[in-house]
Amino acid sequence: MKSYDIKTDELVIAGSAFRSRLFLGSGKFSSIAAMNSAIEESGTEMVTVALRRVDLENPSDDLLSAVTGNKKIRLLPNTSGARDADEAVRLCRLAREMGCGNWVKLEVTPDPRFLLPDPIETLKAAEILVKEGFTVLPYINADPILAKRLEEAGCATVMPLGSPIGSNRGLRTEDNLRIIIGMSNVPVVVDAGIGAPSQAARAMEMGADAVLVNTAIATAGDPASLAGAFRMAVEAGRRAMLSGMPPEGDASASSPLDGLLR
Amino acid sequence: MKTFLDSVKNYSWGAVSERILSSTEDDVLRALRNGAADAEGIRALLSPAAGKYLDIMSALSAKITRARFGNTVQLYAPLYISNECSNRCLYCGFNADNDIKRVTLNEEQIREEARALHEKGFRHVLLLTGEDTRAVPAGSLRDAVEAMHSVFASVSIEVYPMDAEGYRSMTESGADGLTLYQETYNRGTYSAMHPSGKKSDYEWRLDAPDRGGMAGFRRIGIGALLGLSDWRTDSFFTALHALYLSKKYWKTQVLVSFPRIRNAPGGFSPPAEVADRDLAQLICAMRIILPDAGLVLSTREPARLRDRLVPLGITSMSAGSKTSPGGYSDTGLADGQFSVEDTRSPEEITAMLKKSGLDPVWKDWDRGFLH
Repeated sequence: MKSYDIKTDELVIAGSAFRSRLFLGSGKFSSIAAMNSAIEESGTEMVTVALRRVDLENPSDDLLSAVTGNKKIRLLPNTSGARDADEAVRLCRLAREMGCGNWVKLEVTPDPRFLLPDPIETLKAAEILVKEGFTVLPYINADPILAKRLEEAGCATVMPLGSPIGSNRGLRTEDNLRIIIGMSNVPVVVDAGIGAPSQAARAMEMGADAVLVNTAIATAGDPASLAGAFRMAVEAGRRAMLSGMPPEGDASASSPLDGLLR
Repeated sequence: MKTFLDSVKNYSWGAVSERILSSTEDDVLRALRNGAADAEGIRALLSPAAGKYLDIMSALSAKITRARFGNTVQLYAPLYISNECSNRCLYCGFNADNDIKRVTLNEEQIREEARALHEKGFRHVLLLTGEDTRAVPAGSLRDAVEAMHSVFASVSIEVYPMDAEGYRSMTESGADGLTLYQETYNRGTYSAMHPSGKKSDYEWRLDAPDRGGMAGFRRIGIGALLGLSDWRTDSFFTALHALYLSKKYWKTQVLVSFPRIRNAPGGFSPPAEVADRDLAQLICAMRIILPDAGLVLSTREPARLRDRLVPLGITSMSAGSKTSPGGYSDTGLADGQFSVEDTRSPEEITAMLKKSGLDPVWKDWDRGFLH
């Protein structure tokens, strides 16, 4: 059994290593300052920014420079708002041209109410983007087959949702998440719907490689403090997963050989 | 093809009004507990009985809004291209019978206005005209949209209703939003308020958002002019309309505005009063009925009231608005549509939002989405 050591435990995505397994979203904060303190307390090394929110032509754009100015974190531009593959691809190319790098969180969410991802357009866009040299982290519903198809298309991770964005409903898709985690050869990042540190911890206990949190932290009374709580929860869940935590509902006797040795 | 007209055929204004007035506190509590996205729930939350629960409704409304939209409010500015109009809407400053200074901006003047707004920080613009297709034919509107699409991240239009093909040409030119108020859903009042011109055709206007949905607008904003008819009944139909649009055109975000009219040039005074408290109830009710809809509050409302209403559920607001063509670069060019009550500058609005713990968002769209 692996022993857990925070100093050596690393998440590797497309050759880049991350110590923190907590990714943050940058939307919905009451101010850039509130976001910055949440980033700091969370210990995150990856922050996603909606391209539609930033002024790519303006290098001093508040939101963008807050993220790019922080050397501890990697900017992960996302395509939220894209309605189909064409729009998502166009936005990614634009972002790369404007110097945002070639990592993208692919979000194709044609329905503006629940922001649920379109599996068909997401796969289409992923295939194009991978060919064009992007490192693609797609946001998907918790669909194990789609996850495999995206892995085969060359995506760097899969990012299945726990429940709809902003719902704070936790891991409603748990059964499918477990299948995805069990089948995946790329890191699985549980994205969307995580509203409480306990839910983040649970995702990590289940074997998720990382979680992404936005709404819960951004709309908390004290975003920085809750970000700190999420950091601890993610570390606790990771440690538990690597500690041979006994499975749930296991009511077996203390030694499996009890009967034999009597 | 079935449209909204078909889906409201079975509702009579009088019966709806009556049922709203007779909604009980039990109905209100049921709607608050179980959600209100059906006729019964809508009636309950708009009823006089719900007035007693305004505290609970406003807390719930604010909670839903923060969870869904976060601590942000999006800012936009109207840009009037023309105040020439062939309609005679009794309440409107642009009424063809009004003796006002009229102008239709040329391309260079439109660009000048755009520059002025861009400099103030705006990245979302709403283009408006009167209804005069000789002054502003669809072709020049298309040119204006194209020109604005190269300046702003998002271009919406609030112009005369078009056929599906006309709307399609607008979306293809880069317009992503359509705003079109029915003014009132009461046919009798509608006829009285719009005695002549193309606008007197109630059904042509009622089904325009359907045509916009078919044309693929990303955002469609609707609303009733508050003050023309009983606000509760009008808002019942607005809510039904919004629910209908969001189910049918599921890729389109629906927005609801709350334009309250006041006295207008020509001696008009609104026949149905809407008190501040009513407006607050309406905004909260709409948020609970439509958790995902954009809710819009313009500079028609005075500063003090806006400051109180915005945190309840508003997701986008205008700032520093001028309602006359050329108003941002050359204030003497023409007269305005209505008088702006909240005259604060975008900086002042920004400061107010920040003080309320809300982040002003100037850009929440990218023209890169469109070709």
